[in-house]
Amino acid sequence: MSNIITVKDMNLWYGDHQALKNINIEIPEKSITALIGPSGCGKSTFLKTLNRMNDLVPSVKITGDIRYNDTDIFSKEVDVNSLRKEIGMVFQKPNPFPMSIYDNVAYGPRTHGITNKAQLDEIVESALRDAAIWDEVKDRLKKNALGMSGGQQQRLCIARALAVQPKILLMDEPTSALDPISTSRIEELAMELKEKYTIVMVTHNMQQAVRVSDYTAFFLLGELVEFGKTDDIFSQPKDKRTEDYITGRFG
Amino acid sequence: MLNQSLSPKRKRYEMLMKGLMLVSVGLTAALVLFLLIYVLSQGIPNITWELLSTKPSYLTEKIGILPDILNTIYIVLATLVIVLPLGVGAAIYLTEYASNKKIVALIEYAAETLSGIPSIIYGLVGMLLFSNSMGTCLMAGALTLVIMNLPTIMRTTQESLKTVPQSYREGAFGLGAGKWRVVRTVVLPGCVDGVITGCILSVGRILGESAALLFTAGFAHAVNGLIAGLTAPGATLTVALYVYAKEQGEFGVAFAIAAILMVLTVIINFAATLVQKHFAKRRSI
Amino acid sequence: MKTRKNSKKVNHAIQDIKWETEYKHQQKKRNRTQTMENIIHGIFLLLGLITVGCVLLITVYLVISGIPAIKEIGIADFLFGKEWASTAAQPEYGILPFILTSIYGTAGAIVIGVPIGFMTAVYLSKMASPKVKSAMQTAVSLLAGIPSVVYGLVGMLVLVPGIRKIFNVPDGASLLAAIIVLAIMILPSIIKMSVTALDAVPKEYEDASLALGATPVETYFKVSVPAAKSGIAAAVVLGVGRAIGEAMAVMMVAGNVPNMPDSLFQSVRFLTTAVSSEMSYSSGLQRQALFSIALVLFLFIMLINVTLNFFLKREKE
Repeated sequence: MSNIITVKDMNLWYGDHQALKNINIEIPEKSITALIGPSGCGKSTFLKTLNRMNDLVPSVKITGDIRYNDTDIFSKEVDVNSLRKEIGMVFQKPNPFPMSIYDNVAYGPRTHGITNKAQLDEIVESALRDAAIWDEVKDRLKKNALGMSGGQQQRLCIARALAVQPKILLMDEPTSALDPISTSRIEELAMELKEKYTIVMVTHNMQQAVRVSDYTAFFLLGELVEFGKTDDIFSQPKDKRTEDYITGRFG
Repeated sequence: MLNQSLSPKRKRYEMLMKGLMLVSVGLTAALVLFLLIYVLSQGIPNITWELLSTKPSYLTEKIGILPDILNTIYIVLATLVIVLPLGVGAAIYLTEYASNKKIVALIEYAAETLSGIPSIIYGLVGMLLFSNSMGTCLMAGALTLVIMNLPTIMRTTQESLKTVPQSYREGAFGLGAGKWRVVRTVVLPGCVDGVITGCILSVGRILGESAALLFTAGFAHAVNGLIAGLTAPGATLTVALYVYAKEQGEFGVAFAIAAILMVLTVIINFAATLVQKHFAKRRSI
Repeated sequence: MKTRKNSKKVNHAIQDIKWETEYKHQQKKRNRTQTMENIIHGIFLLLGLITVGCVLLITVYLVISGIPAIKEIGIADFLFGKEWASTAAQPEYGILPFILTSIYGTAGAIVIGVPIGFMTAVYLSKMASPKVKSAMQTAVSLLAGIPSVVYGLVGMLVLVPGIRKIFNVPDGASLLAAIIVLAIMILPSIIKMSVTALDAVPKEYEDASLALGATPVETYFKVSVPAAKSGIAAAVVLGVGRAIGEAMAVMMVAGNVPNMPDSLFQSVRFLTTAVSSEMSYSSGLQRQALFSIALVLFLFIMLINVTLNFFLKREKE
């Protein structure tokens, strides 16, 4: 299996504060990689660097090399909008736009220039099917998305991200605002989606990492302490700090 | 695939929107600058000590705006003295006493309605209500302005009362103080900033007002003391500007007044921001 | 022994009486404070209801003084009559020219003022650096604070001659001049209120759009603006209210002749200026007709207020 993202010697500062220190990681294609660690450890910051959402923070400075399929994502030739089209993102709090369900999903494709109604219908349907929410919403596509439950909203956000046909899906604690039933639906969905997409998921919940991920990266104080197959990390961690964390001694 | 930049269509959209935004901001900024510079440059050369310190005389054919300045000060004082207790009282009722949501909604709706009514209608009603009974005089104008400025004082006081922590009131009630005592000792001191902000905004509004005063306070230019002034007809600076520009074609005097009003507007704006900043800081400590 | 017992009893009795009087005294005092509190409550209630009273007073006065002339002239002749000649030997009281002028003038001001104000607001809320934003907000507040007669004066001496020269018309005091002055005067309300609405759009919406590969500009116009649409609509309605109610500035630049607004260069009279231009010398039916005009204007304003409240409520939700 090849690696879709390669990060070499990456450092990130917010003003004077170094939030990420010397990160090296290779993320394998069509798999789920979980980023775990105590809050404030830099895992979300790292995730947001991959689709360059950190660019929006005024005082941010990044050094090192991040390659997506051998392209340096910070190189001048790279258009950040095309990068974000390839690397989609799902946020912690479900954030559908205050528009109809259909318009939410169609927003991305429309932005990227698709105006043909039939084509849009097709994209919307397949994205909603992929996000396992089609059956629930097919009769109310014109209804406002804010009327849905939190779990449905989050799956709609996943559908919205899928509609621009990304290769990677970044998920920033996608279930932290949801109830257990909605959480397990999102987890099942993630496991189905990895057939087609690469998923990088920040999670606060170690059981979730064990349940869904193939690989796990443990972050602590801005450093990547350990990275490997999830089974290995949780059964025989190499680093003492990882062991302490997963056995619940801190965090 | 990543190096493919925006499609021409998206690029055009981007450029168009950015261009329109910049043009609009530029226009707005240029407009403000033009108005400031034009009015000041036309007005300041016409401001002389004689203009400020005399009244108009048909004998010497000279115009002085002293009466208009005095009238403006009188009408501001009279309006504030009357509107403050009313507006502050109404705000206290809404935040401290009112328990019936319908009454609160009714009062707030009425206040919003009042602030939407154009000043010419105030002028007309003020004429019917006050000038018809007490004659055209500054007091009639002031009473009209009281109604106009009531919502402003009410709103700013209400906003500042909302920032008085509930725990203060509970603390005072816990000590066995009656409602009125709590209002007097805890609530009233807490609304000082709202009252001051409201006063500044009202002064600004009174300075700029003309349509509501034309038929209530009239447009005479006599120098009077405070009491005599309030019972006699008189023009404020703004009304005088209108009369000199529109009726008499005295553009030099009109511009001098305009420049004075402009400077006052700038000062009032500054004062309002300063006061708001000052109180916001104090509140956050 | 006995006496002592007795004296003890007496003492108890005295004590009881003392307590009782004390208690009664306290109760009386409490009752008195209660009455005091009730009176004060009543006073504040009255103060609170003053605004309601004012609205009622204004409405009643306008209706009472506005109805007689409409009755005498006839509602159709009054509202749809094309000619206003209040001082002629055969007076005509048709206010259609004023109504149309007010509507056209307001519409024109909206057409010019809203796009400029809206675009400025989007820039200030989303793209401007904090320094530019605060400087421009100061400038906009200043624009809002300038008295309308100053706008009128500048309009009289810059705009009116300008229009005369540029379009080569005999008199620049016209509908067009009024439209431009009104457009400038409604700018601050539109900018301020739109900026507030746009500032309140949750950042999460914008993040989601950016993460889908939309550019910042696309995000602002396709996500932020639709999310703030109720607030922006309220800003436009507020602008309509300001424009239709403005009297003095318009009085100084519109030429003030009761023509039908057939062209932009026509000298025209608005509902507001119709009231103010004849009030000082009017009498009899003419004066009553002026009150009727004010009533019509008031009805327009009430309609606008209702619309404004509708949008503001939606914005809150």
